[in-house]
Amino acid sequence: MEITMIAGGVVSLSGSLFLLLGALGVVRMPDLFNRIQAGTKATTLGTMLFLAGIAIAEPSWIPKLLLLILFIIFTNPVSSHVLARSAHHTGIRMSDKTVVDHLAKTTEQRGSESLQGDEQEIAAAKSKGGER
Amino acid sequence: MGNMLFLASALIALVALGVSAIRFFRGPDTLDRVVAFDVITIISISLIAIIGFIMQRSVLIDVALVYALLSFLGVIIIAKYVERGL
Amino acid sequence: MRNWVIVVILLLGTWLLLSADVLMSTTSVAGSIAAGVVVSTAVALLFAGRKMLYKNIRLTPKALVYLLFYPLVFLKALLIANLDVARRVLSPSLPINPAIVEVKTNLISPLGRLVLANSITLTPGTLTVDIQGDSLYIHWIDAVSTDVQSATEKIVRGFETYLEVIYG
Repeated sequence: MEITMIAGGVVSLSGSLFLLLGALGVVRMPDLFNRIQAGTKATTLGTMLFLAGIAIAEPSWIPKLLLLILFIIFTNPVSSHVLARSAHHTGIRMSDKTVVDHLAKTTEQRGSESLQGDEQEIAAAKSKGGER
Repeated sequence: MGNMLFLASALIALVALGVSAIRFFRGPDTLDRVVAFDVITIISISLIAIIGFIMQRSVLIDVALVYALLSFLGVIIIAKYVERGL
Repeated sequence: MRNWVIVVILLLGTWLLLSADVLMSTTSVAGSIAAGVVVSTAVALLFAGRKMLYKNIRLTPKALVYLLFYPLVFLKALLIANLDVARRVLSPSLPINPAIVEVKTNLISPLGRLVLANSITLTPGTLTVDIQGDSLYIHWIDAVSTDVQSATEKIVRGFETYLEVIYG
């Protein structure tokens, strides 16, 4: 009994360290896309390990914890992808270190057909206001 | 001994919650806050599960499941709204 | 037909995982399982016809073996991704070199593309931003090459060899 508690505790502790890393990444990274990168990856593995630790210590909870882990694996990348796409469409300013943006070219090509022009103006005004 | 390890990991997760709250308050953009909110909810799911374990209440796992469903929907709806309105 | 059967199996699996602790203590186990079968069949008949998501999934022996093997490939990539993020976040100088690059995929089915995009998001330094036609736009935290061909080779190939067998 005690040995499963300790094993589960160690796994949970390593998971919580990954959660802390994800939070640090969200604060330290210079632009939105890099924040999403750090935020999704570290928190996915962190939560998986955290819940796995509880599952080791409390075997009767395994089915529901398994369901929770599967749900997080499937939904976490989807929500980060939706956030990244809407960030790019609204024209969030990217970090100065950014090398190249292939997606910007294709959206400019389609720009004349849609309201893209207006949106980009609004986004430009917004990012000017957001700078400090 | 085992319980101490779980308490320590709960405390570290709580610190992580506080750290990501810094980004939530500083912004500077709406989507930055949404990203911070996403991270905060995922950390909260872990915290709800571990509080359930420490208090030995299995009901809290169901709470965590529903919380995961709702936070996923919330993030997607806010992102859609920012992209092109509802 | 295949689509409906797979949806019923997924719904029933979710139900069994959710009600496992009740099933262990209750006296009418058969009744609970039967209720699950009835309800998941009804839900599948009502809603699974709108998007035939699982219609083209392959169920050959090779595809099933790959389907079992894929999570291991994925978990390994996830672990490497996290160590990579840890290295970048903790080093004081923030060694990043971000870019949004275009890559091409050979996968045709929507489900295969969904799994590919999700896998790319959870692997080292890459995040799927958009999909248009057969090209995916990837935010790469440390862009080694900005050329479409070599980026495709580096990011997509590892998963595509498995996913092509499973989803086509």
